[in-house]
Amino acid sequence: MRTVALPRIGTAAAWRTAARGLLAAQVPPEAVLWAWDSPAQIDLFGAEPAPVAPRGDVTVPKAFVALAENVCWHSDPERFARLYAFLWRLRRQPQLMVDRGDAQLATLRGMEKNVRRCAHKMTAFVRFRDLGEAGADGRRRFAAWFEPTHHTLEPTAPFFTRRFADMDWAIHTPDVTARFEGGQLSLHEGSPRPDLPEDGADELWGTYFRNIFNPARLKVKAMTSEMPRKYWKNLPEARHIPDLIANAEARAREMAEAAPTLPPVRAERILERLHAPGVLRGMTFDDLRKRAEAENRETQPGYGRIVLGEGPADARLMVVGEQPGDVEDREGRPFVGPAGQMFDTVAAEAGLERGAAYVTNAVKRFKFTLRGKRRIHQSPTSGDIEHARWWIAQELDLVQPKLILAMGGTAAETLTGSRKGILKRRGAVEETEYGPVFLTVHPSYLLRLPDAAAKAAETARFRDDLASVAKLVA
Amino acid sequence: MPRTLQDKLAILSDAARYDASCASSGTSRRDSRDGKGLGSTEGSGICHAYAPDGRCISLLKILMTNFCIFDCAYCVNRVSSNTPRARFSPEEVVHLTTEFYRRNYIEGLFLSSGIIQTPDKTMEDMVRIARTLRLEENFRGYIHLKTIPDASPELIAEAGLYADRLSINVELPTDAAVKAYAPEKSPGQIRGAMADVKAQRRASKDRSHTGKRPAKFAPAGQSTQMIIGADGSNDATILGQSSGLYGAYGLRRVYYSAFSPIPDSSAKLPLVTPPLQREHRLYQADWLMRFYGFGVDEITGSRADGNLDLEIDPKLAWALAHREEFPLDVQRADKAMLLRVPGFGTKTVDRILATRRHRDLRYDDLRRMGAALKKARPFITLRDWSPGGTIDSADLRTRFAPPPEQLSLF
Repeated sequence: MRTVALPRIGTAAAWRTAARGLLAAQVPPEAVLWAWDSPAQIDLFGAEPAPVAPRGDVTVPKAFVALAENVCWHSDPERFARLYAFLWRLRRQPQLMVDRGDAQLATLRGMEKNVRRCAHKMTAFVRFRDLGEAGADGRRRFAAWFEPTHHTLEPTAPFFTRRFADMDWAIHTPDVTARFEGGQLSLHEGSPRPDLPEDGADELWGTYFRNIFNPARLKVKAMTSEMPRKYWKNLPEARHIPDLIANAEARAREMAEAAPTLPPVRAERILERLHAPGVLRGMTFDDLRKRAEAENRETQPGYGRIVLGEGPADARLMVVGEQPGDVEDREGRPFVGPAGQMFDTVAAEAGLERGAAYVTNAVKRFKFTLRGKRRIHQSPTSGDIEHARWWIAQELDLVQPKLILAMGGTAAETLTGSRKGILKRRGAVEETEYGPVFLTVHPSYLLRLPDAAAKAAETARFRDDLASVAKLVA
Repeated sequence: MPRTLQDKLAILSDAARYDASCASSGTSRRDSRDGKGLGSTEGSGICHAYAPDGRCISLLKILMTNFCIFDCAYCVNRVSSNTPRARFSPEEVVHLTTEFYRRNYIEGLFLSSGIIQTPDKTMEDMVRIARTLRLEENFRGYIHLKTIPDASPELIAEAGLYADRLSINVELPTDAAVKAYAPEKSPGQIRGAMADVKAQRRASKDRSHTGKRPAKFAPAGQSTQMIIGADGSNDATILGQSSGLYGAYGLRRVYYSAFSPIPDSSAKLPLVTPPLQREHRLYQADWLMRFYGFGVDEITGSRADGNLDLEIDPKLAWALAHREEFPLDVQRADKAMLLRVPGFGTKTVDRILATRRHRDLRYDDLRRMGAALKKARPFITLRDWSPGGTIDSADLRTRFAPPPEQLSLF
């Protein structure tokens, strides 16, 4: 039987050296006794020093080294034996390291989790107090008392050196004290709780803690699961918790029951000034164009660029089509492709002046699939429509037309919420949240009709629709 | 009588509590080992305390001032409320941040503000605080700045150089609701501001032709928040909105904040108990969208009214509505389906995938891997486990839903 004594400071490194030696000497786990920080015990069994193996003699999976480094700081007295027992199995079956179902590994992983959580809570709950007088080199001095569940000060101290490098500090725990002075970290034997001076900042912090709490959403369990009571005695803010919990319900009730008050006198004055014309800047056409340019800098596969509408900003009529086509996308202007030309021709015949209307599309980007070199039009989905709604809403907001002419299903869906039964609904004005909307078919529908007679008939109907529109906005 | 720092802190933290975000994670790594500065950030954030409302306190979350010229019905600081007002000087904010930081109370600063005078003036003061912290105090902790919607792009550009995260709240799930309850705010401008930040972030990642990297711009990204339960939007609308926001502006997080009673409330919005359970379900749904490969319509499709089931979690609700997909053979199923098993988290699934390469999984293995087997049991098969006919039993839902509660007469 061998006994290996591990020191309180530098435990993990010492365990690693010892384990390496034992493994190299083929000592089975049953033949090792591990002792931590208790020299008396070692004499009891007549210690046989652990054999030393040079680095590189023993290889283990990398993940085990990290695991052992953490588990060594656990408070379980069996931790070293558990680690070595697993290591002993691991030397023949290295794949054990990724077997999350293995019971021994599961226990070790559980311990590792405890240690990591404990270390994390230490980074969260250590509270420094100002010791007042600065050191000789002008560095401010702070100290803290903390009681961790596991032996986590040593692995956690580097965190504090990275964070609080421009001041001197000390963290006292029952078993180890860490000191950081003049940029140097040192570890010492622990001490009983030192007498730290009161710190004025604690009161400010308490004020903050009391006021950031929302009494209308009391969830004590959510708090205690993350900030267990065992930490409360060293947290300056924790002394306010009982009061906050006790009064929360009454405070929430009070808020709910309080009658609305009259606004202060200044409110009316301020709001009046704020709502005066020209004070609250809305989107302008310029802003809109800039946004479009910004978004066009990035291309989206399968979509063209954003093509905004055009026409007078105070137009009485807004004409809304489906989406830019191949030609529109290349030119960056709406209604210039075949369907746009069709619209222009028929509109002229119907006495509708296109130049006086603001013409735009419900969806701003050309959606296509590539077939060879050709970009084939794809109908926008509901998702595309929703995505583009913001743009058309901005345009409607800016133009404020008296009538909106919606051509085709996509425009109908955008403006009225439904694309069903266009052929039945055409020719009538529907009231919507965007204003009155006149529905008709899309000119490309006419272009696609193969039968010449049907095409002529449909074109005539379309012309009639446009003539009614011309009359409505006249 | 002039207010003391203590009074101001009380007023201005009270006013800031309705912002849900307190995250301090996901920024670039920094430390002060050179001894010339204060603070560090290391990837994951730290919650330094928890308030009894269960929310983490990671940052010093305060308003620069709660004077405000806007009149948003849901907000305690609206111009028409009689709440006490105060204003920090930039020096006071800097002092509080560094002194709190030195005592390890906080990870950094989350600074927001009411709108005073003009948006530019407000933003300028906020940027000044961030600049002082970074350049004069050499503060290397976390800074989260709220951007003011109408502020000039130059100020936002400067803010992004000092702040780890920029955010702007969309406030309510639909534009109509914003119009109704926050008449001075414009959803278009809010989205415009988010698009600007996104564009700046992208620009900051392009190297110049010499390979030089520009200064980091808001390395922890941007987030937003919407209040739920104040207007009538259903969960499908809310989640649709947030998935659009994640997609369009590359947001790190969308926070949902249950509308909660405020002191001196407006007559426009009735006060109710905050819908905390709904908020919780929305967060679960949000996670399913981001980490589990669910689509919005899959999550909200199981109920006709487009709302989430408050009694059971959205993943379980989906599984119950799609029983034909189960039980699932854990040994063979692909990752996408494993992620859809109720009771399996992303970590559990990774462990299953790693271990099943070497050997057959058993029921007890799953327990050790961290699966919530009470929930998962009816939906899986293993070599030594079969759920029998439970997947088809009519009362499967009642096993998970909380027992019916008797209504109180009084």
